[in-house]
Amino acid sequence: MTTERERRFVGPRRGQLIFALVFLTLSVLLLALIGEQTAWVKKTQLFAQPRFWPAVSLGGMVLLGGLHVYALPWRRTSRYDLWEARLWGRSLEFAVWFMGYVLLVPLVGYLPVTLVFVPLLARRMGYRSGWMLGISVGFAVAVVVVFKVVLGVRIPGALLYDYLPAGLRSFFILYL
Amino acid sequence: MDLFLSAIDILMRWDVALALLAGSVGGVLIGAIPGVGPAVAIAILLPATFSMDPIVGLTVLLGIYGSSMYGGAIPAILINTPGTAVNALTTYDGYPMTARGEPRRALSLAYSASFFGGVFSVICLILFAPVLAKVAPMFGSREIFLAALLGLLLVVVAHRGQALIAGALACLGIFLNSVGMEPVKYTQRYTFGQDFLSSGVNLIVVVLGLFALSQAFVLLMDEDEKVHLNKLRGGMFQGLRELARHPRVTAVSASFGVLMGMIPGVGEFTAQFMSYTYAQKTSKRPQDFGNGSSEGLIAAETANNAVPAAAMVPLLALGIPGEALTAMMLSVFYVHNVVPGPALFQNDMDFVVALYLALLVLNVLVLVFLLFATRSLVQVVKIPNRFLGVCILTLSFVGVYSLRNSATDCLIAAGFGIFGFILKRLSLPAVPIILGMVLGGIMEVKLRAGMARVKEPLDFINRPISFILFIIIILVLASHLLRVWRDRKELKEAEWQTKTASTSFGQLMSRRKNSFLKDRGKEVRARHSKLLRRLRGLF
Repeated sequence: MTTERERRFVGPRRGQLIFALVFLTLSVLLLALIGEQTAWVKKTQLFAQPRFWPAVSLGGMVLLGGLHVYALPWRRTSRYDLWEARLWGRSLEFAVWFMGYVLLVPLVGYLPVTLVFVPLLARRMGYRSGWMLGISVGFAVAVVVVFKVVLGVRIPGALLYDYLPAGLRSFFILYL
Repeated sequence: MDLFLSAIDILMRWDVALALLAGSVGGVLIGAIPGVGPAVAIAILLPATFSMDPIVGLTVLLGIYGSSMYGGAIPAILINTPGTAVNALTTYDGYPMTARGEPRRALSLAYSASFFGGVFSVICLILFAPVLAKVAPMFGSREIFLAALLGLLLVVVAHRGQALIAGALACLGIFLNSVGMEPVKYTQRYTFGQDFLSSGVNLIVVVLGLFALSQAFVLLMDEDEKVHLNKLRGGMFQGLRELARHPRVTAVSASFGVLMGMIPGVGEFTAQFMSYTYAQKTSKRPQDFGNGSSEGLIAAETANNAVPAAAMVPLLALGIPGEALTAMMLSVFYVHNVVPGPALFQNDMDFVVALYLALLVLNVLVLVFLLFATRSLVQVVKIPNRFLGVCILTLSFVGVYSLRNSATDCLIAAGFGIFGFILKRLSLPAVPIILGMVLGGIMEVKLRAGMARVKEPLDFINRPISFILFIIIILVLASHLLRVWRDRKELKEAEWQTKTASTSFGQLMSRRKNSFLKDRGKEVRARHSKLLRRLRGLF
């Protein structure tokens, strides 16, 4: 049966204990490394010490994180916590998609990679109709045109563009 | 008058006009799409604005900030889903109006109330600017440190029921800001010997991860929802007339918006809550609230739209952002070497007034756009969630990669994206991390400068403003502790009432005796004594 303490807890139950424990463990580990990772400078005021703010922040993380764990209405993980942790892990797939996109752009080029990435990811998400494919391609072209051509954001030309004829190369590097 | 003319002169440029148009239309569109929100859009556009003039870049970002709440009212009223988080209260009275066949009336009322809130706050601030210009120079290092500390404290205590973890996350933000080469003694802090950490953790990378990428992950892992839209009937101008029938609620709500917006860390939610409560308490028909009351809708929409202009006050006057969106805007100032703070009010008052005038024009543009384009605009709520996730992931790349063309930045952003996704799943706030990063940097610099000039710790608060700020900090802390104590007392009482077993000492002892005498109790005691013997044997 749900207790009064659980009922008053803000947010869902699943995953809370795992998150709080991992957060606290990492905070304690970082605090334990403070002597090694920061310096104490002689003849310098406490507030001007390079170690002062890391100590304050990590101290706060350990103290408040510890109190948060103490105040949680649960002391044991349930299967729902584990399912939730598995779901967090599933988000890694999209982080990999993103990193793949990031690593391919400097090699193949912004426009070509975007033209493949958007429809491919849309297909992976279940949009397989010709209409959605068209929208995906249109969106990819629009993004490149708006950001690289109109706003001129800094995305360097790809390695592949070096193999293009001289006239085309500079156009591709500048606009695509 | 000269000030106004020079401010108008700053705005009389084709690129500023274009920025105003793009900001207003773009903001409305972004607000109208549930699941995007201004934070995601501003995070993505931030690096693109670095190549623009400060006034152009800030106008685009302010445009998105100011107009997204207008757009956010559309899905809140039509499909009971707030477009932005601050439109949640709009669903209370907006959707019931749609359900009873008055969607046009609700939309028109929401636009009119938002317009009044926006314009009222800008006018208040233009009139208030000379006073601010006089007060701002009184803020030295100590005062700015205390104001930043107060801002951080308010952000933490505003998360009722989550203050502990919000505080821990704010500390995480301060820690992230301290990573890298320390600028005074040139020592490394938590770089683990890695070169990429020497320059520190970039705020924009964290912002993009926590707001844009995490939202993309949420949408990509979500299910698409079927959206049913009602047909819009009736005139769009009736809201303006109806608004005029409730001048008291409108004026009070706008005032709450301005006041709450100026206090760092408080923002839209408190302003809305106070306005809504006031409107309900003073209404002749309080029973209508939550069932399609026009006063409720006016209170919610007027208050939230009065906040953006007011939120610029601590940012411009003291260089202290009160929430995540203004924290992002601070980086635009820094990139252009424009340092917001007392000096800005003294030296570039025309720039400040130009920003406020831009906000004024923006409100007019948005209202005109919405009055004529709502019918076509409502279609954007039909964009499927997962496809929106694909779009945000693609756009996030531009935001992170264009910053320094670094794959490492993208990896860090992806890491923060997953962290932000976890926070969203657990309903934990990400804003304290961003404010911790921004205000942590300000506090470090100002505390060092402030303490260099004091002999005893109490000298730190020996000036009037620093003393007042210190007293406010103590009051905020005390009131928060009092609230925690009351909540705890209430919880104990509630637990007491729902408890089935008696808690009297005599009965406890008797239950314990019974437990010892039962077979199960004997078994447990035997096991425990066996374990104790083994433990003793070890030594």
